[in-house]
Amino acid sequence: MSEKIADYYDNYPDDKGHFGKYGGRFVGETLMEAIYALEEAYNHYKDDPEFQAEMDKDLADYVGRPSPLYHAENWSKKLGGAQIYLKREDLNHTGAHKVNNTIGQALLAKRMGKTRIIAETGAGQHGVATATVAARLGIECVVYMGAEDVQRQAQNVYRMKLLGAEVIPVESGSRTLKDALNEALRDWVTNVDNTFYIIGTVAGPHPYPEMVRDFQTIIGREARNQILKSAGKLPDALIACIGGGSNAIGLFHPFIADESVAMYGVEGGGHGIETGKHAAPLCAGSPGVLHGNRTYLMQDKNGQIIETHSVSAGLDYPGVGPEHALLKDIGRANYVSVTDDEALQAFHDLTRTEGIIPALESSHALAYATKLAPTMTPDQILLVNLSGRGDKDMHTVAALSGLNFEDQK
Amino acid sequence: MSRISQCFEKLKADGQTALISYITAGDPEPWVTVPMLHALVDAGANILELGVPFSDPMSDGPVIQKACERALKNNVSIHNVLDMVRQFRERDTTTPIVLMGYTNPLEVMGYETFAQKAQEVGVDGVLTVDLPPEESEQFLPIMDKHKIDTIFLVAPTTTQERMAYIAEHAKGFIYYVSIKGVTGTAVLDVTEVENKTLQLKQITDLPIGVGFGIRNGQSAAAVSKIADAVVVGSTLVRCIEEHAENPEALPAAVAAILAEMRHAINASDMA
Ligand SMILES: Cc1ncc(COP(=O)(O)O)c(C=O)c1O
Repeated sequence: MSEKIADYYDNYPDDKGHFGKYGGRFVGETLMEAIYALEEAYNHYKDDPEFQAEMDKDLADYVGRPSPLYHAENWSKKLGGAQIYLKREDLNHTGAHKVNNTIGQALLAKRMGKTRIIAETGAGQHGVATATVAARLGIECVVYMGAEDVQRQAQNVYRMKLLGAEVIPVESGSRTLKDALNEALRDWVTNVDNTFYIIGTVAGPHPYPEMVRDFQTIIGREARNQILKSAGKLPDALIACIGGGSNAIGLFHPFIADESVAMYGVEGGGHGIETGKHAAPLCAGSPGVLHGNRTYLMQDKNGQIIETHSVSAGLDYPGVGPEHALLKDIGRANYVSVTDDEALQAFHDLTRTEGIIPALESSHALAYATKLAPTMTPDQILLVNLSGRGDKDMHTVAALSGLNFEDQK
Repeated sequence: MSRISQCFEKLKADGQTALISYITAGDPEPWVTVPMLHALVDAGANILELGVPFSDPMSDGPVIQKACERALKNNVSIHNVLDMVRQFRERDTTTPIVLMGYTNPLEVMGYETFAQKAQEVGVDGVLTVDLPPEESEQFLPIMDKHKIDTIFLVAPTTTQERMAYIAEHAKGFIYYVSIKGVTGTAVLDVTEVENKTLQLKQITDLPIGVGFGIRNGQSAAAVSKIADAVVVGSTLVRCIEEHAENPEALPAAVAAILAEMRHAINASDMA
């Protein structure tokens, strides 16, 4: 085992939240005490048996874990290569992996005595998962969402409202996820005493990238056990889509020391990397500082963040979790992209061959599987994270297929 | 001694409170920034804060967010901002200038390249709102080498222990953020400001500037009784927004606002 990998779990992050040169705590002074308090609470409760027991119970009885690992035999045969296994995060309560994290952070919020929860959301899955846990706790919930995303994920906006959350459309900047994050941070600065900020991905200042990762590694821990049990061996490769990177790190992290397992993170390639209209900072960006951490960003030569494009709202983000930046630099994971069109094709393919309608985000991981699987042999295993279901994307897909949803009535 | 420290020493000797103005560079148009800076000095500003526009100003309220958007529409970069300082220094070699903004533009330019250029054009201090001392290990020695004062924020949430930690790393002055919130959104609580400023004074000999919630002569006068410097930002930027279509009028318009603050502070200094 290479030296860097042998010590990986001990070294990253360090006690200041650094993943090599990435990560850290780049926030305004008003929030510093709040992130230290959160770190202290998290470090205390993560090893607290009572906290763990409550979380395990919620994940089992409320979320429905463990999520199945499904051998997609039809699709594997069709692609004519590796055996493809799908980790079914789409079957979780609320329809995506996001809830694994909101359950954990909500339990922390409760123990820290916070009376108000805020969140940012892109596709709306994290907003729904946050509104869900807030409804259960019976506390106030405010979700910031880019005005453009409010349009393209209208169903999730209504779900959040049904759950009792206030959804605030953000009109500044590119009116997508990054602007929602800015606005949530501004809210947090203003209401720092009573408010818990549930960040939805492995971004933000320390301890978020570590904490959200830990909550999401349930995906990889389960998948590792499941594949060993059903196939008797480790997979040859893992694939997951990357918005901020939480479902991907959740799958990858428990496999990092298994060096025979290749890892592929799939970014939103939009209209194609060469067009500049994409959301692929790891493939085509450079290091910088945004939203509390140092990581790869999509930016111009003067350090201004540039607008992203992806058909999938959940991938439409110019940054990425700092741990992925490290995994890229040390060469432990590979980062690739697929275009909007390729993702849509995979969306339809999986739907027709396996009877599973995936989220557009997850369809990016599936699209890369259609490229990778044929280069592998039938005795090899490709494990793909199906991070969420496609219900929320009906409008988008129908419109792209030239259908007006309203006409179908 | 740095230009900032000299400025505070002189004002102290004269029994005066410093008045610090903030405007965003390149807002609403690049050509009017330097004339505005001169007009602000003529109206009584002792130190100039010049905002470096950033696409994602997370610590700023809507007023300064829009200022950044206007400046970025004009493609104002950190290089342009440094050029503006150079131009300002052709006529004014004494008024200290502090660049205020976010980490990323400096990070992308490179700390060393930035510091060298900033020193060369006559920048005196830098305040990066999202770069706490914890993340400044590389930044501080480079700024120090180029004689640029590193100004840090202290907030209502900052503990006494942390104040000492910040003061250890700060140079020039300490900037007390007088509200919990982003710029330009609330009115400060004078009692709270007084308590925190007194706490800070026990810890450090650095001058204390107070900003974020000062709207008018009255709040400026109240703060001048407590602090060494009063910072006025969003009020000026709001005026710039109002005159965005008519930038020729701006130097006089911002000067009028600042003159009112100066007047109120002087009256309170004499009392
Ligand atoms: C189903 C689904 N997958 C993936 C993502 C991307 O987020 P992350 O990269 O943090 O997993 C989202 C975000 O909204 C999502 O809803």
